[in-house]
Amino acid sequence: MLEIVVQSRIVVLVKQVLDANVRPRVRPDGSGVDLAHLKLSMNPFDEIALEAAIRLKEQGAAQEVVALTVGRGKAQDTLRAALAMGADRSILVESEFELEPLAIAKTVRSVLADIEPVLVIAGKQAIDDDCHQTGQMLAALLGWGQALCASRIALSPDQVEVDCEVDNGRETLRLPLPAVVTTDLRLNTPRSISLPNLMKAKSKPLDIVASSTLGIDVRPRLKIVEVREPPVRSAGVRVHSAAEIAQVLKDLEAA
Amino acid sequence: MKILVMAEHNGTTVESQTLAAIAAGVQIGSVEVLVAGHACSAVAERIAGLEGVERVWLADAPAFASQLAENVAALALELMPRFDAFVAPATSRGKAVAPRVAAILDVMQISDIVAVDGPRVFKRPIYAGNAIQTVESEEPKLVLTVRTSAFRPLGERAHVCEIVPVATVHELGLSELIGSDVVKSDRPELASAKIIVSGGRALRDAETFSRTLAPLADRLGAAIGASRAAVDAGYISNEYQVGQTGKIVAPEIYLAVGISGAIQHLAGMKESRVIIAINSDADAPIFQVADYGLVGDLFEAIPEILKQLAA
Repeated sequence: MLEIVVQSRIVVLVKQVLDANVRPRVRPDGSGVDLAHLKLSMNPFDEIALEAAIRLKEQGAAQEVVALTVGRGKAQDTLRAALAMGADRSILVESEFELEPLAIAKTVRSVLADIEPVLVIAGKQAIDDDCHQTGQMLAALLGWGQALCASRIALSPDQVEVDCEVDNGRETLRLPLPAVVTTDLRLNTPRSISLPNLMKAKSKPLDIVASSTLGIDVRPRLKIVEVREPPVRSAGVRVHSAAEIAQVLKDLEAA
Repeated sequence: MKILVMAEHNGTTVESQTLAAIAAGVQIGSVEVLVAGHACSAVAERIAGLEGVERVWLADAPAFASQLAENVAALALELMPRFDAFVAPATSRGKAVAPRVAAILDVMQISDIVAVDGPRVFKRPIYAGNAIQTVESEEPKLVLTVRTSAFRPLGERAHVCEIVPVATVHELGLSELIGSDVVKSDRPELASAKIIVSGGRALRDAETFSRTLAPLADRLGAAIGASRAAVDAGYISNEYQVGQTGKIVAPEIYLAVGISGAIQHLAGMKESRVIIAINSDADAPIFQVADYGLVGDLFEAIPEILKQLAA
């Protein structure tokens, strides 16, 4: 029997967040954003990361796509979605704490030791805490290079070339492997999940690892003092002609 | 508390975001600034003359020419034993470097602060600005990125502080810049412009977008911005996008033209001092945040405004 050697594996970091179409509600007591009974989905930037990994596999640049998440038990739903999109297998590191990016990066580093990916792809940020840290922290802990906010990823056997969206345009980086790439909106449009693929995903591997078995201190480092609604901006006046707008601009310019 | 602020610069000029990061740093403690680059001594000299800066560290070497995050983070880490906090503007570079510094220091970073409530207490937006979190750090060292539109830059002063060269070169070889496609424009930079004229999907196409908005922007000395819908429709490139997924801006005047005001767009501009909106749809959400709103056809309104401004 032929032994299949997996040479090139991509790990995609996914996070379950409040669905992007649900308006976040701040709890009146200031303790946080209310997630109870609301729709949770894969972080949209992570969906793009997963789509990128699947396409690299389809192009033959990678042989296996592993979806990895660190979170609560219900994050299994997000991994099922990842498997249905096209990930080959998935891993949940289950934790009772709401994990901060540093704890997630340390946890992922520990899990990666067994997987030995050539590339880790993650969304540039999660749309809940908007931290924009995990990919960079992971790269630093591993001593790897990083390319952020990718709008193009070209993977070859010994390097990856990435177009990165930066403040004033685009930079192209070349990195030796392994490396960390984070994704931006313009990289691709993630595929939708078909019913047959959803059924198939049920038979794909979803391994659950208890965070406590990894020996990493994942307790929160930062204290959330409070979470409040932003100050409301009240609507101003309706004007009725372009001339009035011009007058407003003149007055503001003169002020 | 001793603060090391990372300078954002292009080798010759100091980006305004650096000034805002210094302003945030001054609210926490005494500020020294790290300038990493190649042939960038002019940048260090300019920063040495800025209000609130007590010392400039200049790492001037070919290895830092592209200001690659891996190398700059290693450099910052070499200096961090002298400092209690690392502060970077929340620019592409700052956001690339700071988390690497935090991870190696083994501290949690606080991203995108918009207010300093105390030396270790900060406010930051979460959920694209739909909630504001107040966070306290007991970490041995602070690592912060600063939403620069939230801090008013400090000015220049008469005297200059010392500039200390850093000799160590960090060339980790973990990444290499092989190309860059940077937008050059005679207009003010979007992130720091006092006035922004921003267009949405109603501008029809790239040619109409430019032909309609450019004369007004030129007359007002304004930067041009765009909604995500306009960018996605190909009217203008992504560097001009204002919103949660683009740039966060807070100019003196934000003129929203044919922009409906999706939540993700509002997240990027609702801190502007004065918002003026022109839209044909009276129910457009942009009017809920606008100080002045005109319901009407932008293709009639913009030429009329130009005419009135010239009068």
